[in-house]
Amino acid sequence: MCGIVGLFLKDRALEDRLGEMLSDMLVTMTDRGPDSAGIAVYGKAVPGRVKVTIQCDTPGADFPALDVLVRDVAGEMASIAVKDTHAVVELSREKADPLRAALAAAPQTFRIMSVGETMEIYKETGLPKDVVSRFSIRQMRGTHGIGHTRMATESAVTTLGAHPFSTGDDQCLVHNGSLSNHNNLRRDLVRQGITFETENDSEVAAAYLTARMRAGSNLGEALTSALDDLDGFFTFVVGTKTGFGVLRDPIACKPAVMAETERYVAFGSEYRALVGLPGIENARVWEPEPASVYFWDRDGATGQAMLAA
Amino acid sequence: MSYHNPPTPPRKSATFDDASLAEIRRAAATGIYDIRGGGTKRHVPHFDDLLFLGASMSRYPLEGYRERCDTSVTLGTRFARKPIELKIPVTIAGMSFGALSGPAKEALGRGATIAGTSTTTGDGGMTDEERGHSELLVYQYLPSRYGMNPVDLRRCDAIEIVVGQGAKPGGGGMLLGQKISDRVAEMRTLPKGIDQRSACRHPDWTGPDDLEIKILELREITDWEKPIYIKVGGSRPYYDTALAVKAGADVVVLDGMQGGTAASQDVFIEHVGLPTLACIRPAVKALQDLGMHRKVQLIVSGGIRNGADVAKALALGADAVSVGTAALVALGDNDPKWEAEYNALGTTAGAYDDWHEGKDPAGITTQDPALASRLDPVAAGRRLANYLKVITLEAQTIARACGHNDLHNLEPEDLVALTIEAAAMAEVPLAGTTWIPGKTGL
Amino acid sequence: MPAFDLAATPLRDLNQALHAVTPKTNDRAFEIRNPRGSHAVAVGCSEPVTVAVHGSVGYYCGGMNAAADITIHGSAGPGVAENMMSGRVVVEGDASQYAGATGRGGLLVIKGNASSRCGISMKGIDIVVGGNVGHMSAFMGQSGHLVVCGDAGEALGDSLYEAKLFVRGKVKSLGADCIEKEMRPEHLQALERLLAEAGMTDIEPTEFRRYGSARKLYTFNIDNADAY
Repeated sequence: MCGIVGLFLKDRALEDRLGEMLSDMLVTMTDRGPDSAGIAVYGKAVPGRVKVTIQCDTPGADFPALDVLVRDVAGEMASIAVKDTHAVVELSREKADPLRAALAAAPQTFRIMSVGETMEIYKETGLPKDVVSRFSIRQMRGTHGIGHTRMATESAVTTLGAHPFSTGDDQCLVHNGSLSNHNNLRRDLVRQGITFETENDSEVAAAYLTARMRAGSNLGEALTSALDDLDGFFTFVVGTKTGFGVLRDPIACKPAVMAETERYVAFGSEYRALVGLPGIENARVWEPEPASVYFWDRDGATGQAMLAA
Repeated sequence: MSYHNPPTPPRKSATFDDASLAEIRRAAATGIYDIRGGGTKRHVPHFDDLLFLGASMSRYPLEGYRERCDTSVTLGTRFARKPIELKIPVTIAGMSFGALSGPAKEALGRGATIAGTSTTTGDGGMTDEERGHSELLVYQYLPSRYGMNPVDLRRCDAIEIVVGQGAKPGGGGMLLGQKISDRVAEMRTLPKGIDQRSACRHPDWTGPDDLEIKILELREITDWEKPIYIKVGGSRPYYDTALAVKAGADVVVLDGMQGGTAASQDVFIEHVGLPTLACIRPAVKALQDLGMHRKVQLIVSGGIRNGADVAKALALGADAVSVGTAALVALGDNDPKWEAEYNALGTTAGAYDDWHEGKDPAGITTQDPALASRLDPVAAGRRLANYLKVITLEAQTIARACGHNDLHNLEPEDLVALTIEAAAMAEVPLAGTTWIPGKTGL
Repeated sequence: MPAFDLAATPLRDLNQALHAVTPKTNDRAFEIRNPRGSHAVAVGCSEPVTVAVHGSVGYYCGGMNAAADITIHGSAGPGVAENMMSGRVVVEGDASQYAGATGRGGLLVIKGNASSRCGISMKGIDIVVGGNVGHMSAFMGQSGHLVVCGDAGEALGDSLYEAKLFVRGKVKSLGADCIEKEMRPEHLQALERLLAEAGMTDIEPTEFRRYGSARKLYTFNIDNADAY
């Protein structure tokens, strides 16, 4: 149960302001979820390199060890940018898996928030305004981003229980609602070799989409199949390296408002989240239809919306 | 000489027992599921499985008639400008005009008012008689919104948003048409005599994030005066209580599966939900985890019969309890004096539960004017007041014996359990041991 | 003319001022600016005042309205005019889900489109929608009129009681126990009156089709069980 925001830019001139716009949208949704907040930002890719966002509850004590660990794995070619409890390590693609292994083996508790060429995820317990300021989200630039503020229903209020959930490179999902078949689905996905960090139903949805995309579906196709395979109530906003998608369940109880102009596509759980966007007075504002997939991709046709059968 | 095998006596299946067989035949003959009133009839772990540890050497009791033991409770201290102050920690649960007759609703109001507590409307709106005779009246806000209007919203003393009830958590329902009289139909904006379908979700919000906004609207309409209760049926009490608090409730009402209903499918009543005993500790833990225990008040209902039940619910952490079935019995429901008429309906006093049929010989669960006139609301109200006062005295007796000058000072540590099941559910030790299953000891 | 800028004034002040209006109050025209999607704007009005909201509102604008005439110069979030008793609420733009939910009287006009569950459990309210309505509209509608000048989504009038539904465009599907019914002169007259009250006089009542309850769910029959 939550508030969700998402922003997908078409106009490159807005990219400097992505973090600022997304932060304002998310802070406006604070009332819908006081427990934790998180944000995924898709920035600039450096060819051949990936970004690994790592969280630690005791950054002062343990990030020096992370620095040593990263140097051991990737040498001086890696960079580390620390923001509060998170550190973004940028290193060459082939060093990502060795880094994962080293993090898992480290005596400290380092949690991987995200891995991707462009995506960074920052999330913590607490209110959106605090999370946004701790990680200097307002200063971030990028092409698209997704934010979430959480009212926890059945799983724990922890950093890992915060959204967005990422279960694949450059992939993330935020969810409003609650799934009713996530336990069975989780067991299926575990048998397929997918690992989970939390008991959260939304993580199952993220993992489900990742599994479908790993099997060859694009984001739009994965979302369409989710309509058959996920039971319960959901509004999802998802991101990939180049894509941005929205899906509502067939019953469509959880709120969703979208706005599109020539400069951006925006999503909010409520219209309030959108009121500060430039040119909102003249935007096309609508509610996504139930059981329908909306999907934009920077690589494909801009502003593509497709309806599921 | 021939040898006879000893005969095998007829043996009935434990699985297909008489009740199961009868139900299969009934379903096959009628083509409708069994609908009835009341709460679960099966045996479930209950307050009877707990005992109090009275004072002796290590603790000192209070003197019964001289040393005060407070029973009052204030509900709605979190946000409401006008919290409700009750003299006793026992309220009357929501029961609708429609399910109950006009005189029965009046009697509930009279009895509750004499005893210093509140009564509650139900799925069908507020009647003038009920408002007039209830000093403190809680107005239920239900999925059906039958009879919902801003005038009554402003003349109630608290608003109870009903998410679910213990008899059928997660269920809507269907009340057969026999009891939809002219007046009931008018209050519910329905044609007379038709089946009344009740939705299981509210029409204009889904989930605690939306509920927070719904509560804002109700508070704005009533200028932030009224305490807002949220009532849930016992099924996931930890999460439901936590979410009610997050959505902004002043009071959480938690109804276990022994809690009654006017009419529901028997299969729902008997197979869905948690016993009241199993609900309380998770709900209290949720309040404690959020730092809200005693700040957001917890009312527990479902199977409360006597002062010991009241004291046990409070000792486990509730702020008050609610009675429905017991209140109806106090008014005269299922009284053996009507035995001949119960027999004519194919049942017996104490077992009559076809409340939806509207033929109640006691004149309580009916809209038939002749039957309803059998209940004298003044005398019945007096009986209810007597009953409420007696169970409060009983609870005080126990609290004093445990050395407490306030019913709300009862603690889980005053209790032990007679069975392992009750020990696990109530999280108190098995009598004579230090063992709390799942918590302590070996 | 009382004016409230919700960017600067708390919601409480606005609603308190609306509730303080008595039959003797002279100044009865309220102006509200910068609602910016705020919830519970102008709820619980009980006097014949006019309220002009300049901008879009969030949940439950005009909730439980009695007697007031409220115009939203923008779009409305979920549950606009929920449980309205009387008076009028006009939405110049679109309305989100649950518009006019459980309304007991008065007139709700939505000039744009309404989303799902428009008129859910309506109990006497009249709703006129200039555009389309979404799925499950008039679910369990008990009484009143729903007039849709555009199209209706899936499961229109599911589990309907006695609400009367008029749709000018296509109906994606009818819900359980909802059927098309004959348009008789009294229905055309009612429709003409509602369209006139909504200021939609360029539309002919004869272009609409009428839908109502088949009344098969009024008494339980096991062979209808798949409809529940």
